[in-house]
Amino acid sequence: MAEHVITIIGAGIAGLWQALLLARAGHRVTLIEKSDEPFTASASWYAGAMLAPYCEEESAEPNVRVLGLRSLEIWKSFMPDLAQAGSLVVAQPRDQSELNRYAEMTTGHELIGDKELAELEPDLSGRFSKALFYPEEAHLDPRRAMPFLLDEIRRSGVTVALGTETIPDGSDIIIDCRGLGAEADLATLRGVRGERAIIRTQDVKLHRPIRLLHPRFPLYIVPWDDHHYMIGATVIESADEGKVTLRSALELLSAAYAVHPAFGEAEIIEMSAGVRPAFPDNMPRIIRNGKRLYVNGLYRHGFLLAPVLAELVCDHLETGARHAEVFVENRLEW
Amino acid sequence: MLDKPKIHNPAQSSAPLTLYGTEVRSRLLLGTARYPSPDILRQAIAASGAQIVTVSLRRESARARSGQKFWDMIKGLGCHILPNTAGCFTVKEAITTAEMAREVFETSWIKLEVIANEDTLQPDLLGLVQAARTLTENGFDVFPYTTEDLSVAEKLAEAGCKVIMPWGSPIGSGKGLNNNFGLRTLRSYFPDFPLIIDAGIGAPSHAAEAMEMGYDAILLNTAIAKAGDPARMAAAFSEATRAGRTAYEAGLMEQRDMASPSTPLAGTAFSALNDS
Repeated sequence: MAEHVITIIGAGIAGLWQALLLARAGHRVTLIEKSDEPFTASASWYAGAMLAPYCEEESAEPNVRVLGLRSLEIWKSFMPDLAQAGSLVVAQPRDQSELNRYAEMTTGHELIGDKELAELEPDLSGRFSKALFYPEEAHLDPRRAMPFLLDEIRRSGVTVALGTETIPDGSDIIIDCRGLGAEADLATLRGVRGERAIIRTQDVKLHRPIRLLHPRFPLYIVPWDDHHYMIGATVIESADEGKVTLRSALELLSAAYAVHPAFGEAEIIEMSAGVRPAFPDNMPRIIRNGKRLYVNGLYRHGFLLAPVLAELVCDHLETGARHAEVFVENRLEW
Repeated sequence: MLDKPKIHNPAQSSAPLTLYGTEVRSRLLLGTARYPSPDILRQAIAASGAQIVTVSLRRESARARSGQKFWDMIKGLGCHILPNTAGCFTVKEAITTAEMAREVFETSWIKLEVIANEDTLQPDLLGLVQAARTLTENGFDVFPYTTEDLSVAEKLAEAGCKVIMPWGSPIGSGKGLNNNFGLRTLRSYFPDFPLIIDAGIGAPSHAAEAMEMGYDAILLNTAIAKAGDPARMAAAFSEATRAGRTAYEAGLMEQRDMASPSTPLAGTAFSALNDS
C-alpha cells in the first residue's frame, strides 16, 4: 500500500476518526485543530452521542442505518466497554399515534409492554404502558469518548497540533473535517442549530437513551457518566450560535419532567447550543477536490457516521474505491 | 424553474385563483416545516405543483439573519412566499414577526397566526382580529388563520382581509373537516370571498372533500412533511385537490334518500325475459 503524508484539519468527531483509522492503516498523519483547547469548538462536543442507526431512520435516508450499523461495529472494536444497552422510544398516552408512526418508519425494534419496560428501566415502571425497544443501539458520553479517541490517536503515532491552521509542508493528502468552518468552500453547506441541557440527579436512574415523542418536538434523554443526563436537542434552521432560548429550555426540561417528575429536582449543569453542518439532503459527503478530501455534512449523525466515513476514506486511498452514495468528485458546489 | 409534474387532466382548465391580485393556477399551498431535509422539501414542492409556500420566520430569524441559507433555499423554489407568524402568542409578537418577514422576503403577504394555547394551537380569535386590523392598516395583505366561526370571519373581512383561512381541524391533528356544517355555512355566507382550508387536513380525501364543498384552496404541511414518502404524498394531494375543484366546477349531483337506477329497468331485455 502507498503510504501517504496526510494532514487532517479539525479535531471534531469526524477528524478524530479520520486520524485514528488513517494512522492505523499506516499513513503518516498530522491532526491540526484551530482552537487551543481540543473538542470544545466542535459541533460534536454538543452532541447526544447516541449510536442509534435504527431510530435515525425515522427522519433520515435508509443509508444512515446501513452506514451507521457498520460504524457501530467499528466503535465496538475500539471501545469494548461501550454501553450497548439499546434505546427506548416512548410517548404520552395521547400521543400514541406518534409511537405507531415511529414504529412504521423504523426497523430493529420490538414493541414492549409495561412489564418488560419495568425490567429494563425500573424507574419508568408504571409511567408508560408501552414502548419501542431497539436492543442493538448504543450510546456514549462524548466527554469521555472524544478524549479517549485523542489518546488513541496519539498512541498511534499521530502528530496533534492545537491552536494552528497551518498545514505542514509535504502533505500529499489533506482531509478537511472543519464542519461549518468549510462553509466558504462548500456552497450548499448550511448550519442547523441544536440546543441541549445537561442535568444531574441521583433520584432517577436510566440505563439507556429514552426518546419522548411529541407531535411537535421529539426529545431524548441520554444517561451519561456520574449521574449526568443530556437532554437534547432542538433542530432549528439557523446558524445562530447564541445562547439557548427560554422557549427551547422549557421544551427540553419539560420533556425530562414528562419522562419522570423526579427530574424536577435535578441540578441544571449546563445549557448550550451548537450548530451542525448539513448538506441539502442532510446526508454526509466525502468530496474529493485534487489532493483535498472534504468529509462534511454529518448533521445530527456525527458520532454515528464518523467511523464509517473514516473507513471509506481509508479504502479510497488504498484502492481508489468511491462509495456511490457518499462520494462526490470535483464538485464543490454539490 | 421547477419540474412540474405532468398533468394530463381536464382540471388544467379550472379557473385560476386570485389572492390579493396575484393569480395562481395551483390550489394547493404548502408549509415548509418539519421535512426530513431541504432536498425532500424541494422534491415535494415540485411534485405538488404548488405555487405558494408558507414559511415560518420565528425561530429561524433568531439573530443576525442566521437562517439566511434556509430562506435562500425557499426563495429558490420559484414559488410565491407566504411568510407566517406560527408560534406567536400575542398580537405584538405577531406584528413584529410580520414586519420582519416583510423585510426578509420582500412581500406584503402574511399568514397571520395568533395562537391562544400552545397545547391545542387554537387561534386566539380576539387577538387575530386586532392584529389583522393593524397589519392591514400598515399595508399588509393578511391571510388570517381562524376557525369556521362566522362572526369572526365577518370581523376579519371588516378589518380588511381579502382572504380567510378557516381550519379543517386543529393544526397537525390530521382529522380532516371537523365541522362540516360550519364550513358549509361559512362558504355560503362568503360566496365570492377566497376561502382556504388551513390546518387539519390529513388525507387527500379530506382535501377533495373541502374542494368539492367549494373551498378555493387547501393549505397543509404535516400530512406531506411527515409522510413516508413526502414527494409522492404531495402528488396525491395535488391530484385530490384538482379532482375536488373540477368536481365542484362540474356541478355535483344532488344526494337522494332513495335509489334511482341510472338505466330504466322497464323494457330492458332482462325484465322482458322475466316476464315470459
